[in-house]
Order: sequence, then C-alpha cells, then structure tokens
Amino acid sequence: MTKKTRTIKVDYLARVEGEGALYIKIKDDVVQDVKLKIFEPPRFFEAFLQGRDFREAPDITARICGICPVAYQMSAIHAMENALGIQLEGPLREIRRLMYCGEWIESHVLHIYMLHAPDFLGYEDAVRMAKDHKEIVERGLQLKKIGNEIVSLVGGREIHPINARVGGFYKVFAKTEFDGLKERLKWARDAALETVRWTAQLPFPEFEQDYEFVALRHPEEYPFNEGRLVSNRGLDIAVADYENHFVEEHVEHSNALHSVLKERDSYFVGPMARYNLNFERLSPLAQEAALESGLGRECNNPFKSIVVRSVEVLYACDEALRILESYEKPDRPHIDLEPRESVGYSCTEAPRGILYHRYSIDAQGRILNARIVPPTSQNQKTIENDLWKFVPKFLDLPEEKLTWQCEQAIRNYDPCISCATHFLKLDLERV
Amino acid sequence: MAGKKKPKVAVWKFASCDGCQLSLLDCEDELLAVAEAIEIANFPEASRAVVKGPYDLSLVEGSITTPHDEERIHQVRRSSKFLVTIGACATAGGIQALRNFKDVQDFVSIVYATPDYIDTLAKSSAISDHVRVDFELRGCPINKYQLVEVVSAYLKDRKPVTPAHSVCVECKRRGTVCVMVSQGTLCMGPVVHAGCGAICPAYDRGCYGCFGPKETPNTESLSEWFKDHGMGNEELVRAYRSFNAYATPFRKESERHD
Repeated sequence: MTKKTRTIKVDYLARVEGEGALYIKIKDDVVQDVKLKIFEPPRFFEAFLQGRDFREAPDITARICGICPVAYQMSAIHAMENALGIQLEGPLREIRRLMYCGEWIESHVLHIYMLHAPDFLGYEDAVRMAKDHKEIVERGLQLKKIGNEIVSLVGGREIHPINARVGGFYKVFAKTEFDGLKERLKWARDAALETVRWTAQLPFPEFEQDYEFVALRHPEEYPFNEGRLVSNRGLDIAVADYENHFVEEHVEHSNALHSVLKERDSYFVGPMARYNLNFERLSPLAQEAALESGLGRECNNPFKSIVVRSVEVLYACDEALRILESYEKPDRPHIDLEPRESVGYSCTEAPRGILYHRYSIDAQGRILNARIVPPTSQNQKTIENDLWKFVPKFLDLPEEKLTWQCEQAIRNYDPCISCATHFLKLDLERV
Repeated sequence: MAGKKKPKVAVWKFASCDGCQLSLLDCEDELLAVAEAIEIANFPEASRAVVKGPYDLSLVEGSITTPHDEERIHQVRRSSKFLVTIGACATAGGIQALRNFKDVQDFVSIVYATPDYIDTLAKSSAISDHVRVDFELRGCPINKYQLVEVVSAYLKDRKPVTPAHSVCVECKRRGTVCVMVSQGTLCMGPVVHAGCGAICPAYDRGCYGCFGPKETPNTESLSEWFKDHGMGNEELVRAYRSFNAYATPFRKESERHD
C-alpha cells in the first residue's frame, strides 16, 4: 500500500436504530482516529420525569425506544417496586418474563434477518435479500411476528404496550386465552432452531477479542428482570451498587460520553455477555442447539453475535412455552401500592443488554430525580475499540468494502442510538 | 400504476423513538408485497441503499428540536410530492415537547454533565410548524394498518380513511363497556382521537391519550367530570401533558389548571 492518509466516512449509519455516523482516519496504514458519532437529537427524559407520578414512569420511559419499550417498562416498574419494597412472585412474575420473551424475539429477529444478515450475504437490505432468499426472509418475518404477537396479547399492542403497570398488570388472562399463541409458538421454536443452524454457517471474519462481559445473573434462570450484576473478570454486585462501579467518562478521541467500569475500562453488554455468563441457565434445547451449531460455551467473536441472538430467540420461544404450560391465572391483576419517600434501583436485560434505572420519589409518589443508562451507551466504547483493532486487519480491502465491513462491525452490537442519546453528548460536527 | 415506474417512498427521522417507522417493518404479512409495489428509496433504518429524490411520498417521523433539523425538514419538503407525518412527535411535538413548558437550559443541565455541548432549540415542534404537511397520521405509536391505508391512499391519489372521532366510538364498536361509567376509571377517551382501536378500556384501563385530541374536543367538560371524581389540578395537568402535550387543545386545557 502506498503511504497516504485515508478516511472512512459513513455520514448516516444505516440499519441501526437512530442517527449516527462513523469517522475513521488512517495514516500510513495506522489507524489515527475512530469516532462513532451520535447526532440524534437529545430528548431529556430524565428531566421531564421530574415531578411526574411514579406510576407514569413505565409509560413515559417506554417512549425512549420504539424497538425495546418492554425493557423500559420492566426496568421502570422493577425500580419503583424496589423503592416500595415489594417483589412480585408467581404468575404475575411469569407474565412479565413472557412479555420480555416476546420483545427479545421481535427485536432479535428484526436484527438477525433484516439488519444484520444482509451484511453477511452482501445485500443492501432484507427486501433485496428476499429476491434471492425469499423463504428465509419470510421465515424471519413470521418469527418476528410471533414475538410481536406475544407483546400484543399480553401488552395490548406491540409498540409502547399499555398493560404493564407498577404492581402488576391492568388485565390478566385465563389460561385458555393463550391456546392459539401456544400452537404458533411451537412453530416458532422450530423456526428458531432453523435460524440457529442458518446463522451458524454464515461467513465470519476471524476476530476473537478479549472482552469484559457484563450481564445479570440469576441463581436459576437465564436473566430477564432480576439477578446480580456479574462479569467474567470478577464483578459481582447488587444492582443498587451499579453507580459505585460504573462511570461515564469523557475520552479525548471522542466527543461522546462513554460508560466504563471504574476499576478497569470498557465492557460489553448484550446477548454475547448474557450467553457467556449464563450458558448453563439456557434451556437444554437452546444449549444443545448452540453446541451443535459449533458456537461453543464461550463466544468472543462479535460477528458471531448473530448466532448468539438466534440461540436467545430459541431460548425465548422455549421459555415462553414453558411459562404457558404451567400458567395459572393470577387471583388479581395487580397489587395496590402506596408511595413513600424512597429510592429504587433496577437493571433488566433489554435485548441489547443491561438497562439501568434509578428513581427517587417523595411521600406523594412524585419523581424527584431519575437516572437511566441504556445498553448502547455502555457498548459505545467497546464498539470503537473493535474498530481500532478491526481496521488494521483489513486495510487491503477496497474502500467501499472496508467501509461496509466497518458498518457491519458496528451492527454486531445492534446499537440503538435513539436509546443512547438522551444520555450521550450531542456532537453536531459533521464528518 | 401497473407497468410504470414504481412510486418512490422515503422515510425520514427527526427527534423520536423510531417506533412509528418500525411499524412499517412490523407489517410482517404485508412488507414484501408493499416492497413489490413501491420503491423504498430512502429508509436508513432498514437499508443502506439510498436513491436520490424527488420522492413521490415522504413519511416523516419525529419532531423538530435542533437548528440543523429545522433546516433539514425544508430539504425533505422540497424533494417530496406528498409529505405525511407519522406519529405524535411529528404531528404534535411528542413527549419531548414537555420541555416547551419549562426553560430548556434547566433540562439540558439535568441530563448532561457538560451542557455547553448541547445545541438544542427551546421548543420541540411539530413538522407543520415548519413546512406544509399533506396529511398527519396520529398516534404514539401510529396504528400500522392506518399506515398501510395512508400509503396506499397517497399512491393512488385518494384521501386516506382515518376517522377523526373519539376513542369512545371505538369502544362502542368493539363492544367494550364504558370503564368510566361502569368502574369509575378515569378515561380520556371522550376527547381523544380514534385510531388505536380503543385498546386501554379493553384492558380495564382508562385511555391516556396516545392519539392526541380528536376534532372539536370538549376538554373543559371532561376536566370538570374528572374533578368531580376527585382529580386534583396537578393530576389534571399531567393528564393533558403527555405524548401530545403541545397539541393546541391539550396545551390550552393543561394551562387552565397549571
């Protein structure tokens, strides 16, 4: 290669949720600068939550993200219940897990089939991919639909569901009302198994990295709403200790705030973190499918996150079926709660990783302040680190191909910039 | 349109949660058929391919909150034959319009450690405050079937059928017993625009106004009714100030009790 300065620019990242750009500067075959830029406008959720009633937090914070509203509702609800000192058990707790299964299926399948797979197969998008692989795209759409169907039935509608509330639900269902869904979930479980097999044979660049993975860990279950925060490098804390261990940092090479572990540095949240830290808590079927596909118990190649997502879709279908098999209608849809002056914490596993909420409320139940840390903010530094290491390996590629590969490397994380933005600093400098 | 060039459709995002444009991808049964009938010329959330304008139809999600977006919406308008706003953000400023009732600089410093980096407008405003809009589709989020209806209507040069009556009519149609009358559950249905299919009352919950004000809403009367049932001013203000807080009838009604 001749010695020269090259820049890789993507002014508007496609197939991610929200508005971001990429800028990489290479001089004499050495990467000089990597910036994942965020120009999504800020919306100030933490600010206007102040003064709102504690029962409004789930419906307001859902509007941070149209792709993972259930995650926001679950984190908000569990934080408020934590503040009021209650923990739901039995079928109400199970319906929450069921709802989260729906969101994982819907969000993961969207990413697998429509946002990520086209990169591996060289298509601009899933519609173009469907011209050559119609059956595959249709399988993806129908599988995604089952996820939406769970959220719609339990939550009232797929985007910004209306049924979940602090203390439980507005309405709960009789066992028989789930009969139709159960049948379709059996198809979905088979389709998910096919998805694992299909994604496992996609072409993956060699890119094993040494990461610190952070996820929830529950004593028995693959995590959704509860557990301790753990990592593969010894982190093991209660959710309420989150802010003692994680900070936002201003780094020189970027104008965005990055979330890092105080003791160490960047970390990795999301499906790969959950998988690596909770493999043995997956259902036997999901474990078996993962091993059969050649994934192994540990995965350190972010390009393979598409397989891990597929394993989680399979788990979510399996878990949803387990919940429906043993489901009995709860005696009452919710328990009534009286506010008190308190602080509540929660972390739940959004499709893209841990979503932290903290609220303090007054004796009348008014929110005094709120803190929300979405998964994409936490992964941002890791995404940039990947690009620092990835680009030098592929410098011989033509410009267009290298740019596309960098985009794919970002999409490994299924970044949701809409979520991240109320937290990230706005950078209007155009590249 | 058969045999002719496919109509070009573009999707644009401003300040929003991405949920309304996701509705398009949530049309799992219709998506591939729709993609046969139109050319998806600009839809970054779904495709890295971009086809240059002009566009036959632009779907605009999100509200205007930055100086840059204030400029960008004019470019979108110039390159679009029809411009349809999708959702409460684009149509009424969205939940982020709650800043309009406060000093935005206070908001910036609550959320961001270094407020001077933030370049934001004092108000979150609807698309129609900036450019001519051909049609506004309501909802937080929009109803995906209404979206398909609006897209097909514009591509066939007809008016979309999306009734502007209240949620109450949808409850009657659905056969849902009135939650306000039968359970005393406070419900905004009488003043809220139809479109969601009256989901909340069917789930034993009062309507909380995702679709914004219906045409000629009698908010004053509803507020009196709420007060008689024990709602205080603070709660009344909050009820009107959510996802459509800056839609004129809701803004005025909330200001009466503030």
